[in-house]
Amino acid sequence: MAEAGLDNRDLDSEVMTINIGPHHPATHGVLRLVVDLEGEMVRELKPVIGYVHTGIEKSCEANAYWKVIPFVERMDYVSYFFQMEAFCGAVERLVGLEIPPRAKYLRTIFLELNRIHSHLVWLGTTALDLGAISMLWYCFRERDKILDLFEMATGQRMHTRYFQVGGVIEDIPLGFEAKLREFVADMPVRVGQYEDLLDRNEVFLSRTKNVGIVSRERLLELGVTGPLLRAAGEPWDLRKAFDYLAYPEMDFKVPVGTVGDNYDRYRVRLAEMVESTRIVEQALDALPEGPHIADDRKYVLPPRSELSTSMESLIHHFKLVTEGYRVPPGEVYYSIESPRGELGCFVLADGSAKPARVHFRDPSFVNLQSFRDMSVGGYVADMIASLGMLDPILGGVDR
Amino acid sequence: MPDAPGLELIRGEIEQHHPGAVLDTSFDRGQAALVVDPDQIVAVLSWLREAPGQEYGFLSSLHAADYLPAAPRFGVHYELLNRDRVERLRIKAMLEGPRPAGPVAAGDPPPLPVAKASSGGVPPTTPPAGDTEQLPEIDSCVELFPTAEFQEREVFDFFGIRFRGHPDLRRILMPDDYVGWPQRRDFPVGGEPVRFTFNERNYG
Repeated sequence: MAEAGLDNRDLDSEVMTINIGPHHPATHGVLRLVVDLEGEMVRELKPVIGYVHTGIEKSCEANAYWKVIPFVERMDYVSYFFQMEAFCGAVERLVGLEIPPRAKYLRTIFLELNRIHSHLVWLGTTALDLGAISMLWYCFRERDKILDLFEMATGQRMHTRYFQVGGVIEDIPLGFEAKLREFVADMPVRVGQYEDLLDRNEVFLSRTKNVGIVSRERLLELGVTGPLLRAAGEPWDLRKAFDYLAYPEMDFKVPVGTVGDNYDRYRVRLAEMVESTRIVEQALDALPEGPHIADDRKYVLPPRSELSTSMESLIHHFKLVTEGYRVPPGEVYYSIESPRGELGCFVLADGSAKPARVHFRDPSFVNLQSFRDMSVGGYVADMIASLGMLDPILGGVDR
Repeated sequence: MPDAPGLELIRGEIEQHHPGAVLDTSFDRGQAALVVDPDQIVAVLSWLREAPGQEYGFLSSLHAADYLPAAPRFGVHYELLNRDRVERLRIKAMLEGPRPAGPVAAGDPPPLPVAKASSGGVPPTTPPAGDTEQLPEIDSCVELFPTAEFQEREVFDFFGIRFRGHPDLRRILMPDDYVGWPQRRDFPVGGEPVRFTFNERNYG
């Protein structure tokens, strides 16, 4: 060391620029970070994104409205029901289609199951980053139960294409309710077990408490929404603020933090899982009878059974499948509360059967701007913890 | 959401402070929108953010749309939100399309990158689109709403709309050396040419 001349260099104060990613297990996707390090302290940080950009918004413009649904699901691949709801809701507002009450409740149930699923993926992978490997297996055990429920009702475990403009494609099958009730009874117990595993774990506590604090005002300036904002003490939740789906009839709390550190972010999401379970239970109790999809044949496929008996239905089916439906010109911005914050969908219709513009305001994309504020001035190891707690899904960031 | 009369009231108040700033209003499907003169966009946004009784302090989303056959072609949309009253207001700034500059004759469409993909062994020689056309420009609102930084970069990346005063206006999702503005309506859905054994020599 000494004869190589390295002793002349002050390794503690020299600023070194290192590159993390794009492929790195702790970046939760294909995210590249260019970090200036002074010793182990982060002095400057720039996220570089776009590695999984697939031009989904452009592809949407070349497809009929009903064919866009599978595309948008693949943006944020962990919360696909939310993408579907944002897009279908925007199109429903464009055509002025009211969805039946049963569809509203079914959508609410699946959205909240998806929220639990998304938080479980977050908890498992983030705890893994912090060294708690067993958490991953426990979380993915419960996640698998949710995926089983999705498979039972929709036929697919991920990217279900279950929501349609006008409602949901199919009613829930026999036996689904019993299985869902079993899950709903089980889930709060499981969340308690996660808390037991982590809440008194000295390593976990010292790596999350007072780490990555960003003030509430700064988060609002940066447009951050969702659990990150609520952890800083701002009770802002679009499910409470706006009137959509069955949320106005649901009784649930909005968990908020006090400090805004990584520990609060963890607590808020854990509490949200329990609240989501309560919403699912209430929606299941109050699930109204009736059709699961609107009865407007200009926008909604006729039931399969009618195709062999009704000429009208056959014509509608043919028109809907070949050309799709035309949407009157106009533009709508519709936003919902996704597991990561405000998920907005802007749809511009030009009167044809294809959208002229589909834009998603992805919460991960906007929230990522706060990562610099969370990490600069801290240790590089804490940066990884903060990134986990930020919970970006790069498929949603890059679209 | 402000309703249709409320929107006219907002328009009237803006007119008092910034005459000529509001070009049009629209109230459609329960959503209120103001079409604002792009040269006064930052003044209007900051008035809407600060003025008592307005206080639209949260910028939910900034995005653009290409209304191609229409005359002011690009629309930059600002989805403002007042979190206390739970009101959304959309501000739109309409911008003219790109003007060809330099030796390119007016009326000629700017060269598209997809055309060169099929041109066989000739390596791409088209200069970046920014050199041959005058990009539409609008003032950046990053100082007012720091959240707009990534979103303005995204609009620049996809539509080629330049934001004056943006601290770091580079492409964000497309590669840095990419040519063209993919989300414009006259940009075809093409695809990157894939290099196989049979066409390998085309790429040199």
